Amino acid sequence: MKLFHSLKLDYILLPLLGLLLCLGAWAFISGKSTTTTSVDDWGNPVTKEERHGIARNLPSPTETWTASKPYIEEPLAKRGELDQGILRFAWLSLKLVAQGYFIALLIGTPVGFLLGLSKNFTKAFDPIIQILRPVSPLAWLPLGMVLFSGLKVLDADGRVSFGTSDAAALFTIAICAMWPTVLNTAVGVRAVPQDYLNVAKVLKLSRTKTLFKILIPSALPYMFTGFRLSLGIAWLVIVAVEMLIGKPGVGGFLWQQYNANSFAHIILSILTIGVIGYVLDRLMSVIEGRFRTA
Amino acid sequence: MPPILEINNAAKSFGRGNERSTILRDIHLSVEEGNFVSIIGYSGSGKSTLINLIAGLLKADTGTVKMDGTDIKGPGPERGIVFQNYSLLPWLTVTENVRLAVDQIYPQLSEEERAEHAARYIDMVKLTPASGKLPRELSGGMRQRVSVARTLAANPRILLLDEPLSALDALTRATLQDEIADIWQQNRTTVVWITNDPDEALLVADRVIPLLPGRDGATLGEEIPVNLPRPRDRRELLGTPEFKDLKLRIVNTLLAAKKGSIPLVTKKLAPPDILPEDLAHKRHFSLFDRPTPRRRSQLQREELKIEAS
Repeated sequence: MKLFHSLKLDYILLPLLGLLLCLGAWAFISGKSTTTTSVDDWGNPVTKEERHGIARNLPSPTETWTASKPYIEEPLAKRGELDQGILRFAWLSLKLVAQGYFIALLIGTPVGFLLGLSKNFTKAFDPIIQILRPVSPLAWLPLGMVLFSGLKVLDADGRVSFGTSDAAALFTIAICAMWPTVLNTAVGVRAVPQDYLNVAKVLKLSRTKTLFKILIPSALPYMFTGFRLSLGIAWLVIVAVEMLIGKPGVGGFLWQQYNANSFAHIILSILTIGVIGYVLDRLMSVIEGRFRTA
Repeated sequence: MPPILEINNAAKSFGRGNERSTILRDIHLSVEEGNFVSIIGYSGSGKSTLINLIAGLLKADTGTVKMDGTDIKGPGPERGIVFQNYSLLPWLTVTENVRLAVDQIYPQLSEEERAEHAARYIDMVKLTPASGKLPRELSGGMRQRVSVARTLAANPRILLLDEPLSALDALTRATLQDEIADIWQQNRTTVVWITNDPDEALLVADRVIPLLPGRDGATLGEEIPVNLPRPRDRRELLGTPEFKDLKLRIVNTLLAAKKGSIPLVTKKLAPPDILPEDLAHKRHFSLFDRPTPRRRSQLQREELKIEAS
């Protein structure tokens, strides 16, 4: 037991144990196929594959692995628009998320500052924000389609490089991911200690100087918490968006494979989404930690 | 020539309606250029309110607060203030904190001149070795030194110190008292030092003015001049009869004021919001029309007066 603790084995063994238990449960409820070979009336051998189990169509861990192998072993392959390596899909999704997230921060941060600084602005817009905040991405996307209908940006070859559905996707990601940034920035600005503002007052700092030298640095830790939560939501939304507009990406791949009855790939997509989401969150919290003051 | 700081008949209250309480009343104070004044009073008696009035962070309800004969309209760098809780910006290093003030006050100087100016004040408070550190890496005494350096670097005409040392341990406190007194000795700025420690007041100030608590707000008492020779050596001074007499006078004044004013404390107690059920009332069991408990808040407001001793 002492060795167990001294080597910090519990940090390795216990997660492994948890993983094994979950895999076991998965294997238990997933379907198994049995192949029976019989001889038909004409004497020809007939193989018949049957699936049975608690969740008959759920592929087992080993089946999932076999089916996913080509996507993982060649993560950057491009065999067709909707048949690409898993990292390539992830990259496409990440690019879209990055654009939408950037727009969310660009709009959300100033709105948060206005909310934090002006009581009247808060009174005017807080109710609307509270109403719009819980709306699902699935509801925003059609509105985005309507808003940007007819939008077409053509590239040199005359193909549409940025169309209605792309704009609607960005709109949906941005508007869903914006709220944590807005609200946390507002809280951060309201939480700036009066002492710091008194220092600014005594030194007669101008409004812009107070903003950049006092308000922003002081609110930065709160803002980064908002940024991190926003990124999490942006990554959540991407799947829904890709499903609806059929863009290639992890979410689009998931939906297409579901329609193609290729259930193992759904699990591959889910795990990919989870791992990437986790990595993004870790990255953001490392950055967040760097900006923590006091 | 008008005194550098003059307060006439100032009063300050907080709150509205029934909750309104007067903190300060009938404040008269006149400080000449180069004076070192110490205002001493109990905690919570309105000392910080007074210094905020002088700093311009608060406005007096009645009366006037004047600097050089003109009304103080708001805060400004000519009245530098050292806050009790240091008020350093935690994301800036020692140098950057001081530079914030220097850059603001001397925009006409070149980059090198400003850096040199900041370095001089950091050196004055003996923090040159720690100049690149963040406030959280410093001890309480060092942080307050940074705050003093930042305030002095802005070259104020009046230096306001709001219980600057009360968060520090006794030894650090003594060292800093001597250091600030030394710095004053060198550049003779006008100083208003607020404290709750009679020893501290006597060691640093020319005049000690007690802030006396009263039934309806505190007011300044009779000034006690301190004619002890400078520089004052704490070890020599503490045993002398003059020092003891002065200290006794301060303590007696403050104690008498407290005794004379039995403060009537109105405290709002919060009793539980449910009144006992009236058992005489006959109840019928009903699924939908259940009687709800009676709330105290639905009754008229109650106020309990408690006399504090």
